[in-house]
Amino acid sequence: MHSVVCIKQVPDSAQIRVHPVTNTIMRQGVPAIVNPYDLFALEEALRLKDQFGGTVTVVCMGPPMAEAALRKCLSFGADDAILVSDRAFAGSDTLATSYALSATIRKIMEDMPVDLIFTGKQTIDGDTAQVGPGIAKRLGYQLLTYVSRIVDLDVANKEIQVERRAEGGVQLLKTATPCLITMLEGTNEMRFGDLDDLFRAARHELKVWDREAAGIDAVEMIGLKGSPTVVSKVFAPRPRSKRAEMIEVHDSEPKNLAVTLLAKLFTQHPKLEQEIAKRAV
Amino acid sequence: MAETFDVIVVGAGMAGNAAAYTLAKGGLKVLQIERGETPGSKNVQGAILYADAIERIIPDFREDAPLERHLIEQRVWVMDDASYMGTHYRSEDFNKPPYNRYTIIRAHFDQWFNKKAREAGVLTICETTVTELLQEGGRVVGVRTDRKGAEIRAAAVILADGANSRLAVKAGFQPEVRPENVALAVKEIHFLPQETIESRFNIGEEEGVVIEMAGKISAGMMGTGFLYTNKESITLGVGCMLSDFKEQKVTPYELLDRMKAHPSIAPLIAGSEMKEYAAHLIPEGGYNAIPQVYGDGWLISGDAGQFVNGIHREGSNLAITTGMLAAQTLVELKAAGRPFSAVNLAAYKRKLDDSFVMKDLKKYRRLPEIFHHNKHFFTTYPELFSKAAQTLIRVDGVDKKSKEKAIKQSFIASRSLLGLIGDAFKFWRAVE
Amino acid sequence: MSEQAKKPAKKKVALDPRFVDYRHVWVVVESERGEVHPVSWELLGEGRKLADALGVELCGVVICGPGERGRGICGEAFQYGADKCYLVQDEVLRDYRNDPYTKALTDLVNRYQPEVLMLGATTLGRDLAGSVATTLGTGLVADCTELVIDIETRNLAATRPTFGGSLLCTIMTQRHRPQMATVRPRVMAMPEAASGRQGEIVEVLFSMIETSIVTKVLEFIPDDTRDKPNLPFADIIVAGGRGLRSQENFQHVWDLARVLGAEVGASRPVVQAGWAELDRQVGQSGKTVRPKLYIAAGISGAIQHRVGMDGADVIVAINSDPNAPIFDFAHYGIVGNATAILPALTEAFKAHLAQAKKTG
Repeated sequence: MHSVVCIKQVPDSAQIRVHPVTNTIMRQGVPAIVNPYDLFALEEALRLKDQFGGTVTVVCMGPPMAEAALRKCLSFGADDAILVSDRAFAGSDTLATSYALSATIRKIMEDMPVDLIFTGKQTIDGDTAQVGPGIAKRLGYQLLTYVSRIVDLDVANKEIQVERRAEGGVQLLKTATPCLITMLEGTNEMRFGDLDDLFRAARHELKVWDREAAGIDAVEMIGLKGSPTVVSKVFAPRPRSKRAEMIEVHDSEPKNLAVTLLAKLFTQHPKLEQEIAKRAV
Repeated sequence: MAETFDVIVVGAGMAGNAAAYTLAKGGLKVLQIERGETPGSKNVQGAILYADAIERIIPDFREDAPLERHLIEQRVWVMDDASYMGTHYRSEDFNKPPYNRYTIIRAHFDQWFNKKAREAGVLTICETTVTELLQEGGRVVGVRTDRKGAEIRAAAVILADGANSRLAVKAGFQPEVRPENVALAVKEIHFLPQETIESRFNIGEEEGVVIEMAGKISAGMMGTGFLYTNKESITLGVGCMLSDFKEQKVTPYELLDRMKAHPSIAPLIAGSEMKEYAAHLIPEGGYNAIPQVYGDGWLISGDAGQFVNGIHREGSNLAITTGMLAAQTLVELKAAGRPFSAVNLAAYKRKLDDSFVMKDLKKYRRLPEIFHHNKHFFTTYPELFSKAAQTLIRVDGVDKKSKEKAIKQSFIASRSLLGLIGDAFKFWRAVE
Repeated sequence: MSEQAKKPAKKKVALDPRFVDYRHVWVVVESERGEVHPVSWELLGEGRKLADALGVELCGVVICGPGERGRGICGEAFQYGADKCYLVQDEVLRDYRNDPYTKALTDLVNRYQPEVLMLGATTLGRDLAGSVATTLGTGLVADCTELVIDIETRNLAATRPTFGGSLLCTIMTQRHRPQMATVRPRVMAMPEAASGRQGEIVEVLFSMIETSIVTKVLEFIPDDTRDKPNLPFADIIVAGGRGLRSQENFQHVWDLARVLGAEVGASRPVVQAGWAELDRQVGQSGKTVRPKLYIAAGISGAIQHRVGMDGADVIVAINSDPNAPIFDFAHYGIVGNATAILPALTEAFKAHLAQAKKTG
């Protein structure tokens, strides 16, 4: 059994800051990490490998430094890693990215069939959740998003059953493999690799493919040319003009602060007082 | 773990990378084990890189190492509560390449340094902690880690695992480090636009300033502070003896807050955004605190061996040098076909003694003890100097001779003539 | 969209001639088992403004199984501002599945050619939007917080947060149509329903053979909603952050919430520390809320949290740091230890309500 997991290396968005003057993203010192949502996808693929045998290939479209993210995935137990990197990808939006990745997966399939493709739910820098569905559509595979559990996999008969998180409940779905699964977060816990995994990860010869090597022929479908969406403006969120009215009392006693707040609140927002009164019966 | 190695290096900081690199270049099979997620992620330092030390290992490091600014100005400030008396030394000589000292960001530098080691053939694994040394009959034969497949064997282990190394203590090679011999330092990195830093410190692109501080900023404890300029950020911090922190009620964070609020420092960081906060232990015991640094199948380098020259703030260069010397010792023994026994590894100690490392540490061996028992160097003297300077500089109609007399009297009143002579003698002894 | 230091495009790009006649603003009215997801109404409210700016019709798209109130839902859509509704009903559309829904929607788009297509950023919406955009080869902007028409080009300027909310970016789809956008629930305001408002229903036949659809829904297991929090639609929320310092102290949030009949919310660090469940997380990677009153205790107000709650009518912030960013956008602020202030507030509200009961 062969699973392909698509990952992305992202800046740790919790640490991203905006330059106060130029309004650009300041990346200095912001560590690059494997998109956390992708790790749930990887762990799921590794669990299937534990159960059914086979291999797990990790694929990443990114700049040369994304190699570190792939090695991290190898250290968890992935067998092979491919970095697809080319200047021609610069400026790709999700449509262009899904094209590049789907072409790469087709290339992989020339050597080895693929049973399952995994992606994370979304990235922490783009948050769009569009690339997974895009890849599935382009490859003509069934799409299963927000999968919380793989219930059953019949490799020989190419059938899979999953639980999918929907609004107000869980769908139990059955479909044919190969298919693409986007994994919900919190569904599993990433393993702690053993020394063999670490040694292998450190020594592994990563494959680095440029556009041509990845079989991406249609250059008009990648990069800026292949991106229908264009960023026209980037800016820091506008701060609200009015600062809070600070509640202060001479003795700073919590009791008095509370009473003062309520007085102000209800004087200035009488409807709010009614709202609270009617709810708290 | 069936695979064995010539040497296992514990740690991927300055000492660890220097050792691993040198070993690999010398043809040995090396495994390097780092507990942090990446090399440098657990390392805390000012940080200043001393070119001399790294040059001896990687002569062309300047080509691709991530360097922030090269230092052209050194300021030494003796701080009082609202003032300081300082010496500045700035020279165009420092602006002539090759530059002698640089500010660096450890997280970036260590990753680069480790990459060089790996390119030389070192196998580095991260996020793995060595839990103990494997011993057979008193000889170190490998390590045990927190990963499955746990034991790894090697002919020798170099411990480069930092100031709070537990491994040598656990193995019974060393006593526990005493609080009087270690300082707790805290630092923050503040982000400021490049142009702001350059205009505030009067430096050009790529030029840097370092400010070393001592005095009232350590609240009566024995300690020092520092401020370094990076490309787009400022690192500032303060450290005091761990034993002093235990005695006093002040916390390191409080010290740092006070320092940031000092009227001479606050304007330098005004408008900055605090990005990173870190705390770390720094060995300060000096020469007298250096433990046994070699044995049957093991060597110690860097902070783990207490190799820090506190008064000159040199730690990373000692780490690089001791790592290099430890590695060279092993390379030479292997080439000569001789085993890594304690008798043979004594060569390491000899190399250390011959180098500036032990020579400098020996020179300042009395300093920790003297300063520890004479806290007035950090409190009274800064105040006296500050008042003296005030008196002299202020123009208020009093004649200069009277001013000088007043100053002299203030010193004597504070410390007594005997005390002053004693202090001068002590200071001389400390730095002699 | 790649976040690799993307340079904003400066020059105007012309619309591909194939799309020159694409008109009207569409909103997918999401429904499952006969119940409409309220985000659809919020989108109609927003869509109305866009349609008016463009001088075109606002159309709802209702895709469902037979007997799932298709016509009734269209009627509701008209009340919320739609002029027309496309109704697609078929047995294969009874439960949401990617294949038939994607085909139904793309067929509809290819036939009736809208210039703007909006969906709610729900699990269904996100699943469907990505597939549809890829099939049509058009641009899709996810989780938009603001939608504005550039009338000169008839382009939709869609603004969305990026990098966890640290930055906002405005994105346009200039060459292609329809311009697709998804919006999270509660980000846009719920419009008023105008009862009696009418519109045109266009029933569109759709056929897809069940045997050709590979994915089957074996079962739908509804959630046990009894004890589940419902923050997005709560009118009063008391939320706690790291400033409370410990899980024990977080209990004060519950105490105040009980007195107010409020929902309990939490910042991301608190959820990660395990003091509150994931469903209570408010912010960029949690829920967006629009309550009448939001009390934030021990929350700094970092942008990732702010984007989830700054649509609240009244925000009261309690934080021990006078420089906490939350005071820049809250309506009322108290500088103090939340652990001490919350119980005081609980007592004060209790006393006030008891008094009101007596006199009321």
